[in-house]
Amino acid sequence: MCPHCGHHFTMRARARIASLSDEGSFSEEAADLRSEDPLDFFDLRPYTERLAEAEMKTGLGEAMVIGQAVIDGNGCELAVMDFSFMGGSMGSVVGEKFSRACDSAAQRGVPLVSVTASGGARMQEGILSLMQLPKTVCAVEDLHDAGQPMISVMTHPTTAGVLASFASLGDVIVAEPGALLAFTGPRVVQQTTREKLPQDFGLAEQNLRFGHIDAIVPRPELRAYVSRLLRLFGSNGD
Amino acid sequence: MATDHELRLRERLTRLRSLNLLGGTRLSAELEKLQRQLERIQAGPTDEEIWRSVELARHQDRPYTLDYVERLFEDWVELHGDRGRADDAAVVIGIGRFEGRTVALIGNQKGRDIKERTKRNFGMAYPEGYRKAMRLMELAERHGFSLLSLVDIPGAYPGVAAEQHGQGGAIARSQALMSRLGVPIVTCVIGEGGSGGAIATALADRVLMQENAIYTVISPEGCAAILWRDASEAKKAAAAFKPDAVHCLELGVIDGIVPEPEGGAHTNPDEAARLLGESLREALEELESIPADELKRRRRAKFRSLGVYA
Repeated sequence: MCPHCGHHFTMRARARIASLSDEGSFSEEAADLRSEDPLDFFDLRPYTERLAEAEMKTGLGEAMVIGQAVIDGNGCELAVMDFSFMGGSMGSVVGEKFSRACDSAAQRGVPLVSVTASGGARMQEGILSLMQLPKTVCAVEDLHDAGQPMISVMTHPTTAGVLASFASLGDVIVAEPGALLAFTGPRVVQQTTREKLPQDFGLAEQNLRFGHIDAIVPRPELRAYVSRLLRLFGSNGD
Repeated sequence: MATDHELRLRERLTRLRSLNLLGGTRLSAELEKLQRQLERIQAGPTDEEIWRSVELARHQDRPYTLDYVERLFEDWVELHGDRGRADDAAVVIGIGRFEGRTVALIGNQKGRDIKERTKRNFGMAYPEGYRKAMRLMELAERHGFSLLSLVDIPGAYPGVAAEQHGQGGAIARSQALMSRLGVPIVTCVIGEGGSGGAIATALADRVLMQENAIYTVISPEGCAAILWRDASEAKKAAAAFKPDAVHCLELGVIDGIVPEPEGGAHTNPDEAARLLGESLREALEELESIPADELKRRRRAKFRSLGVYA
């Protein structure tokens, strides 16, 4: 975060996990899952090459990291996205990891905290990437049926397929200042409709005004905000 | 390539063949249908055939939801409005008699002439359209009506007001509601199954596709513009992401292909409706005896199993 203007720079998944969870508490799950190339997809370059390059560049196996964590003494499950891995796009592995995070939370009886940063579905997996929307939605519903809450933290950007699935299903949805949270981004809206865009089009601030999110929380206050929610959800009947 | 689907189709064929003496015309029609699906899967569509599906799915004379409703339903009553702020004409909802039972229906609707196209926003729904659909889902659940949804949408409308009214959240919540329903849900993609706009009403127990329909994560033009940086490469994009019914069946994304008249649904809407009606009825009959909790459990398990990874 810029100390002068408050601008929130992109935060990598590992750094996010470190900033939210108690030291040494994070235990990663499903780290070995890797994408396949079911369509033999080739645009200007093969999908498999893009995947290998993304892994080398980011040191991550995919665009989401999941695992068990403790935040300020409260046990929870974390599902954190990393925009540096192919724009945080959601393919089969992101969908499966999120799905497993829901199951892990339900089995251990703890809440799920998701932190999203994604351009949307991963085109290179074609229709299977669209199917990750209903897949993650069903996973959240199973989590809810198990009596556990989901707290959704939307960071810049949370758009398209991720906004139109699990990220919007949090019992509480919070966003970082200035984050773009839109189903269709400003460039495409402008090009398609030629409409004049409001200055804060699609940003967290507009989303708060229109009632789509609960709060905008600056990064330094996020951990305390989430831990307060975890305490409130967890203290019922304990 | 012997996929799971091919094996399953083969198994069904063998089983049906051994029952030849018991069944009448219905059985032989079923046999014929499966045989045809199997042949198409074995051959695998070429790039040219995929593009032909894209063109047929968007054909200006292709039957739309209301063309099918008119031919398949008795006592149809169309309902209007999301009970919040608007009546989105790109989404049609209503209840009617289908093969002796009352069902609730949700369908995307494009327009025929320029005036109707404008009124229906070229079939592109606003969030109000999904809320209108959700209102009907709740009605269906309350009264135990099976739910049919016909999908034919280029994509959710990409406009300023659509974003301000919560496009993403509406699509997410519509899916979530479908995953909670205890009544049977059957979806058929009858034209364009365009991205989030399509999946919003397609979280069903049985998902079918007409032979020449397409189901896509992004339009071929949109994909081409992003990956090839040139929207005119749409044909290449379509060949790469394979939005045709046969590939969707192979990937396990749909449960069956509904045949169309030779040359496409628009060449004979009556016959297209008859074939669609048959598939919808069969799917409903398979589901209607399953208890609500079990339906819901299986529906979620099916969608949670979708994906390919190592």
